[in-house]
Amino acid sequence: MSTEELEKKANDIRRDIIKSLVAAGSGHSAGPLGMADIFAALYFEIMHHDPANPFWEDRDRLILSNGHICPVRYATMAHAGYFPITELKTLRKLGSRLQGHPERKKLPGVETTSGPLGSGLAQSCGIAYAARMDNRRFRVFCICSDGEHEEGNHWEAVMFAGKNKLSNLTLFVDRNNIQIDGFTEDVMPLEPLVDKYKAFNWHVLHIDGHNMQEIIDSVAHARAVYERPTAIIAHTIPGKGVDFMENKPEWHGKPPTAEEARKALHELRTLGGKIKGEHE
Amino acid sequence: MINSKVRLSEKIFKKNIEQIPTRQGYGEGLVIAGEKDEKVVVLCADLTESTRSILFKEKFPNRFIEIGVAEQALATIAAGMANYGKIPFISSYAAFSPGRNWEQIRTTIALNDVPVKIGGAHAGISVGPDGATHQMLEDISIMRAMPNMIVISPCDSIEAKKATVEAAKNDKPTYIRFAREKTPVFTTEETPFKIGRAEIFWESNDPQVTIIGTGPLAYEALIAARDLAKSKIESIVINCHTIKPIDERTIIRAAKLTGCVVTVEEQQVTGGLGGAVSEVLVKNYPVPMEFVGMPDSFGESGQPDELLTKYGMKAKDIVEACKRVVERKM
Repeated sequence: MSTEELEKKANDIRRDIIKSLVAAGSGHSAGPLGMADIFAALYFEIMHHDPANPFWEDRDRLILSNGHICPVRYATMAHAGYFPITELKTLRKLGSRLQGHPERKKLPGVETTSGPLGSGLAQSCGIAYAARMDNRRFRVFCICSDGEHEEGNHWEAVMFAGKNKLSNLTLFVDRNNIQIDGFTEDVMPLEPLVDKYKAFNWHVLHIDGHNMQEIIDSVAHARAVYERPTAIIAHTIPGKGVDFMENKPEWHGKPPTAEEARKALHELRTLGGKIKGEHE
Repeated sequence: MINSKVRLSEKIFKKNIEQIPTRQGYGEGLVIAGEKDEKVVVLCADLTESTRSILFKEKFPNRFIEIGVAEQALATIAAGMANYGKIPFISSYAAFSPGRNWEQIRTTIALNDVPVKIGGAHAGISVGPDGATHQMLEDISIMRAMPNMIVISPCDSIEAKKATVEAAKNDKPTYIRFAREKTPVFTTEETPFKIGRAEIFWESNDPQVTIIGTGPLAYEALIAARDLAKSKIESIVINCHTIKPIDERTIIRAAKLTGCVVTVEEQQVTGGLGGAVSEVLVKNYPVPMEFVGMPDSFGESGQPDELLTKYGMKAKDIVEACKRVVERKM
């Protein structure tokens, strides 16, 4: 896909995130909107995968560590053809495959069960290590939040990946600067984050997480790095595309009301949420 | 008398009975499991020698992964490997795994339903001089509370070896607890072992009390049965190595036969084997029960035998509990 097509896809994904959240009546808004561009790039350009065969052995693995932003994964998977887009309205409802936090056993393609923070990178390390034992060529992508760097389990995995030179592992850090209790640098400062990863023997890139070309180029760069895992620190705007949600910690953990959703969808539809208004 | 069908050691009550820690059986079982299936891998958190994972490491160095002192990573990296298709065994002390990493096990192994095998060494108070921090006495309770988890507590090194080999084949999240101290090897290679099936080790005509033991204390239960017989109290002893899923049929049948039960475990009396047995009996056939185990307290430094004596987990404590529970039947 061209970057323009990917940007349009990300905008479509954002609209379905809003629709599924308002139907659910609970869930997280800011994180999923902020990561729509990266998810669109991964599913529609970067990853080798087959929606008709979610257990294909050679597929690239995408482990979502911060499971609470799953509405973006669900919306992207629906657009990619893993399941009907109409199913997004079952999010968080009784009997749904789209659990409030993703579950491997419920929905083929989500790869693992996540929600409790700090454990996704370690699982990614396990897959990457095992795949290398068997000389498998697929890549392991992990997406984690910035706030979850407060979890010790995450740093245990950072050490393990550095020690074992897991160059088949690429980590996207969603650096949106917010978490439930406020801004990360007030809750528990993470900076200098780039230096921290470097100190653990990782290759580190930092990008604008809303610039499609940068997202795609960063993964191409990571593929060329041998002997080290790569961390891509993606600077994103939480709530991206919906003016009244952007950069507001209070939108971390709540869904829009029907009226707010109407405004948000109007904004995404008419302005392209500041991404590309001319698409509509 | 000893149930001859279960082929226990001929040296069972002799002074020269062999003494080997159950963790040794784990190490030997890992090697057998590794020979049978190349998907078996072993991860260890800086305790390779004492968990006996070293036996696997020496045989299969490329399938052994050193994690360092990081039990949360131990569980979650293994979860990823199992998700990919490996059969990982994770080795540490039970106080740390599943003690420290319980949530990681819950989410990424049990709920995720991937076949990671958790080997918890140095469980129980018989860890001894290391003291209360290292004496894991709550692991059976916390692990059996978890859906999807199989919980096994082998009675000796041979049973520990069998449990390890079987766990590699069951495709389920599985916890197996081991002890540090040397304990009597009273089963044999011929003793039946099936996950989920308790075995009757001691049976009598017209038994008055059922003793259900797990782990190395099952041996104390047999000594207690022998001593009780001397004072004309006949009993049944069940070796309940699998605490989850528990063998309801065998437990209910024994309760119906004897009308009272004593459980024996090197674990807190709250929520462990005793809890599991009471849940079965209260629903199906309520009888008086007594619980031999750690009396809802932390341990302390001391020699293993001193500690088992002080906290009431020796054969004489089982005998007393049996006498109490028989009284309560009247």
